[in-house]
Amino acid sequence: MSNPTLVMYDEEFQEVNEVIGRLLKEANAKVIFLVDKNGQLISGVGETERFDTTSLASLTAGNIAATGGLAKLIGEKEFSILFHEGEKDNLHISIVGGRVILVVLFDNRSSLGLVRLRVKKSSEELSAIFEKLMTKSVEREKRGASDFPFAEITDDDIDNLFS
Amino acid sequence: MSFINYASREINCKIVYYGPGLCGKTTNLQFVYQKTAPDAKGKMISLATETERTLFFDFLPLSLGEIRGFKTRFHLYTVPGQVFYDASRKLILKGVDGVVFVADSQEERIDANIESLENLRINLKEQGYDLDKLPYIIQYNKRDLPGAMSVEELRRELNPTNVPEFEACATTGEGVFETLKAVAKLILVDLKKGK
Repeated sequence: MSNPTLVMYDEEFQEVNEVIGRLLKEANAKVIFLVDKNGQLISGVGETERFDTTSLASLTAGNIAATGGLAKLIGEKEFSILFHEGEKDNLHISIVGGRVILVVLFDNRSSLGLVRLRVKKSSEELSAIFEKLMTKSVEREKRGASDFPFAEITDDDIDNLFS
Repeated sequence: MSFINYASREINCKIVYYGPGLCGKTTNLQFVYQKTAPDAKGKMISLATETERTLFFDFLPLSLGEIRGFKTRFHLYTVPGQVFYDASRKLILKGVDGVVFVADSQEERIDANIESLENLRINLKEQGYDLDKLPYIIQYNKRDLPGAMSVEELRRELNPTNVPEFEACATTGEGVFETLKAVAKLILVDLKKGK
C-alpha cells in the first residue's frame, strides 16, 4: 500500500494537543484543528463545538488536494500555505511535515502576520511528533506487533454493526 | 488508508463511490443520508455545479457503532463521473480503503461503464493501489429501467474477477444499503487481517 495507516497513540495525542493548545493562545486564534491529508480529523482545540469539524476536515483536505494538483501543473511540489480571508473570520491552512494539515481560524483580534509567525514555530514541533509516530509505527511493524485493535474481532462483531 | 486513534478510540475509513457520469453515485449517498438516523450521520456535503452535476465530490460521514470499544466511522465520497474531471477523481482516491463501482445498467452506457472502470484502475495504480487487492464491490444500478442489460451480460463485461455484486435502484433505495454494508464489511475484515 502506498501509505501506511496513520495510528495515533495517547502519548502523542496529548503532545499534539499541547502544541496546538499553546498555538491557540499565542496566535489569539478561535479554533485550530489538525487534519490528515485524507480528510480525517486528528484533533481540534478552541471553540470546536461551534463548527462542523468533520465537514471542515474533509473540505480542507479537498482544498489542499486541489491546490496541490494546481501546484504540480505549474511545476511546484505543493503550496504549503493557503490563506482565506473572510469578512470576519479567516483561515490559515498549512501543511506540516508533508503529511498533516494545520488549520487556524482567526478573526480581527489576531493578524495574519502573528498567525504565520506562531504557526511556523508550532509546525516544527508538530513535525517532530508526527515523525516520532511514523517511526513508532514502522518499529511496531518490524516487531510484528499489530497496530490494530481489530485483530481479535469476530465476524459476529462485524455483523452486529449492521443489525 | 484508515486512521486509528487510540486516544479517542476511533477508527475512520474512507469509501469511494466511482462510476461513469449520471450512474447514480450521488443518489446512492443521498439515499443513505435520508435513511440514516440523525445521530449516526453528519452533514452531507455536495460540491456540485448549478445543474447539480458533481463538480468535486460529495461527502457523507457515518458512524456505524462500536466494535470492542472502538467507534467505527465511515467517510463516504463520490467522484465526479464526467470524463473531463479526471484530475479531481484522482485526488479523491487518495487514502481510499474501499471502492464501490456504480455501473449504469442501461445498454447505451456500457461503453461508459467500461471506460470508467478502466479509468478507476489506472487512477488507483497512480496512487500505488491495486484494485484487485482493495475491498471492492460492484453495484448494477438502474435495474428498473426498460433498457437495462441482463446481470449476466454486465457481469461478463464489468466483473471478470467476480467481486461481490449487487443490483440496485438508487432512486428507490433498493440495494443501496446492501452495497454499503458489503463494502464496509470487506474493509473491516481487511483491517482484521492487520494489513
